[in-house]
Amino acid sequence: MDKYVCDVCGYEYDPEKGDPDNGVEPGTAFEDIQDDWVCPVCGAPKSEFSKKE
Amino acid sequence: MSSMWSTKIRILKKGVKNTLKKVQLKQEIYWVGAIDWDLRNFHGYLTPRGSTYNSYLIIDKKITLVDTVKHYKYDEMISRINEIIDPKKIDYIISNHVEMDHSGSIPKLLEICPNATIVTSTRGEKGLKKHYKKDYNYKVVNSGETLNIGKRTLHFVHIPMVHWPDSMVTYIPEDKLLLPNDAFGQHIASSERFDDEIDWGILKEEAAKYYANIVMPYGDQVVKALDVLGKLDIDMIAPSHGIIWETKIPDIIKEYKKWAKYETEKSALIVYDSMWGSTEKLAYSLAEGFEESGIQVSIRNLKTTHISDIITDVLKANIIALGSPTINNTMLPTMGGFLTYLVGLRPRNKIGFIFGSYGWGGQALGEIRKMIDKLSWDYYKENYNVNYVPDEKNLEEIKEIGKDLGKKIKNKGGKK
Repeated sequence: MDKYVCDVCGYEYDPEKGDPDNGVEPGTAFEDIQDDWVCPVCGAPKSEFSKKE
Repeated sequence: MSSMWSTKIRILKKGVKNTLKKVQLKQEIYWVGAIDWDLRNFHGYLTPRGSTYNSYLIIDKKITLVDTVKHYKYDEMISRINEIIDPKKIDYIISNHVEMDHSGSIPKLLEICPNATIVTSTRGEKGLKKHYKKDYNYKVVNSGETLNIGKRTLHFVHIPMVHWPDSMVTYIPEDKLLLPNDAFGQHIASSERFDDEIDWGILKEEAAKYYANIVMPYGDQVVKALDVLGKLDIDMIAPSHGIIWETKIPDIIKEYKKWAKYETEKSALIVYDSMWGSTEKLAYSLAEGFEESGIQVSIRNLKTTHISDIITDVLKANIIALGSPTINNTMLPTMGGFLTYLVGLRPRNKIGFIFGSYGWGGQALGEIRKMIDKLSWDYYKENYNVNYVPDEKNLEEIKEIGKDLGKKIKNKGGKK
């Protein structure tokens, strides 16, 4: 599973860790996160994320 | 030019003498900002001491201005620059942060020096274009990039979300000078420019209020930024608001580290509003309980205390007690407004306790809990809701809750 980076603030989504505080279980691929999830740091939408190279 | 903005003469360590109006930080580096004596409300944050917008002019082979001032203070900035050099000669304008209290004078300045280049981050360029709708000359710098301006090489470090995505600091190794924009700022209007000229208590209070209202959500990002900045050789920190740190750098860094890690004091904060005095009675009995347990307590009435002041108290307190009566099946709107602000600022490491009074429904307490649930605080085992008017037994019970909670944090390890 790929890591994704928020282009706004640099937060890195690690699928192994997920984002449990906001309802994303560890082990969730970025593509499978619900569409209304936002960056937990700056609040940018999912569309602002890019795959980490 | 007149000397209406004069500042007192100061002899710097290196023997640099300031003239009446210009303030020299280092050889050939000047403060050319503006003092907003009249500012009392900064986008909803009360600023009883006013503020300054700090702009810094570097005289080198390339004349460089670091940040500007709010648009209505343009004339003051230009007058200060004029004392030193013809503003037409400015080659670079460093924009560390897009927000208009720092970028607001860029459009007017560029009218007199149209060939100047704006140096900013990627997000900075995007933001400035959205603000000012013009195609200026931009030079976008990545984090870690440098720019030689003659005797000096400016270093740029991006510090995203401290406190906007575009936030950047400029570091001048030759002068051991850090220009961190809003980080380490304080809203203080004064003719003094340096930290040994104003009482530390005032500086700390205003720096804490600034941190609590502007930077608090981004503690993790501040920790990262402090790690990066900690590796630099710095003997002066010149932020974009308030005084310049020179003699109290270790003190303010220590405070920032504490705030960034959401460290709290062993104290309680009671925030409440009341309709007919019942919730108020509960608040005061609760406070007695906290006092009896031996911890410090503050009571803040939402009718009389502004939310931006209460947030500074939130930064320090370990226990946050929230009280509201039920009206129209929910909390009072003052509490709703406060909680909207509180939740956005994401304070951590708190123990919450919710109390209030009601006539019939009693929903306020549940609604408060719902609003703050996303903060992942610990909570006292149950809310305390009193029907209509508290009696002696109620007041004794809530006092006991105060004692119980107070003892719990008092006996925990950590800072007193």
